[in-house]
Amino acid sequence: MSQKTDSNLYTILFATGMVIIVGALLAFLASSLKDKIAENKRIEKQQNILYAMGINENDESSVEFVSKDIVGEEFNKYITKQLVVTGTNAVENDKAYLIDLKKESTLAKDKNYQRRLPLFVGNKDGKESYIVPVRGKGLWDAIWGYIALDSELVIQGVYFDHAGETPGLGSNIKERFFMDDFIGEHIMDGDTFKGVAVSKSNADPKNLDKTDNEVDAISGSTITGDGLAAMLKKDLKMYLPYLKTVNQ
Amino acid sequence: MGLLSKKDLKLITDPLADNNPITIQVLGICSALAITAELKASIVMSIAVLFVMGLGNLTISLMRNIIPPKIRIIVQLIVVATLVIIVDLVLKAFAYELSKTLSVFVGLIITNCIIMGRFEAFALANGPFRSFIDGIGNALGYAVILIIVGFFRELLGSGTLLGFKVLGDPIEKTGVYAFGYENNGFMLLAPMALITVGIIIWVQRSRNTSLIEDN
Repeated sequence: MSQKTDSNLYTILFATGMVIIVGALLAFLASSLKDKIAENKRIEKQQNILYAMGINENDESSVEFVSKDIVGEEFNKYITKQLVVTGTNAVENDKAYLIDLKKESTLAKDKNYQRRLPLFVGNKDGKESYIVPVRGKGLWDAIWGYIALDSELVIQGVYFDHAGETPGLGSNIKERFFMDDFIGEHIMDGDTFKGVAVSKSNADPKNLDKTDNEVDAISGSTITGDGLAAMLKKDLKMYLPYLKTVNQ
Repeated sequence: MGLLSKKDLKLITDPLADNNPITIQVLGICSALAITAELKASIVMSIAVLFVMGLGNLTISLMRNIIPPKIRIIVQLIVVATLVIIVDLVLKAFAYELSKTLSVFVGLIITNCIIMGRFEAFALANGPFRSFIDGIGNALGYAVILIIVGFFRELLGSGTLLGFKVLGDPIEKTGVYAFGYENNGFMLLAPMALITVGIIIWVQRSRNTSLIEDN
């Protein structure tokens, strides 16, 4: 290295220059791709909601969403109502799917804040389902999902996703073998709310007992599974007052 | 005469065996433990590292004469992070599904010590072309180990390969499970990745005794 690159002045100038160039480059890229990324996220959200209520292109073991080109149409066709739930009240709002769950849960830390809960009402072949978005913590980062319930509060379908669970272990929550176990599970035990636990000891690996409020856990992903069960318990409970009124 | 001279070719072949970044230099172990529970994750990570390492080595090598030595590690870190973020953003906009698969690897790539190690040990002292080749070679060496470990962990741990049930169905008791075979769930946990890497190191050194360090 020459003398020049070792001087303090050069080091400071280089660092400053580098920060400006890299910062500008990334800011430019991020802002010019922003709309495209937002559009992709909207498509993904609609695909996930439809997936949960059973509108998908799955074959035997894959997870296939309805195609990007028709997702907007399909969403309008199958989702009959978008509601914003507060307590036992629900107001129709066709922008409900834009509500940011993360922001809402931060705002809800203020006791006076009336949390807005988005709820999607779908209708497939004459059968109504209520799709509840949920969000919680896994091992490394956020996990979230959509749970489709019928009016008896039995799960019709789920979709889970995660930001950064361990590949091959916790990341398996978005695989069919795990998600399909939830179909038909009850979230109530008689009149008490139980949620669905992710259990390592339920001795029911084939998941034949649908009323035990339990599904089989994934080996090596205890914390992701526990986080997922906690997420279901916490978030589904918030919708319970309203969902019970639908039930009657 | 091929495209690469003998010396350049060695840059690719050396890391595959006798100078493997994982088994000989013992770098990049953390990500080798974290993501090898499945073959598919190993392959995706290998491709991502191949890409970042080739381009990163190239960039650092081009900048090698102007990087102030006092802050060279920070500069290297910024180069890797910038590359990874650019790739992530572009994928999010134009290949969203692919970016979903890769998102969990982003953090692991930035902190992969093989990448920083090659920047420091090779790219800072060599020309762009040779650095690029060196990056590719080391990424391939990393990939080989990742794929071997991923293969055994998925096969013995879950009885599947790339998600296909090659050994039969453990719940329905078909295939080898009909004879009382059981998956070894322990293979899915990180300690078994370390043991698998250890076995590879053992096999490699017993075949080539010149690799054994003197005490």
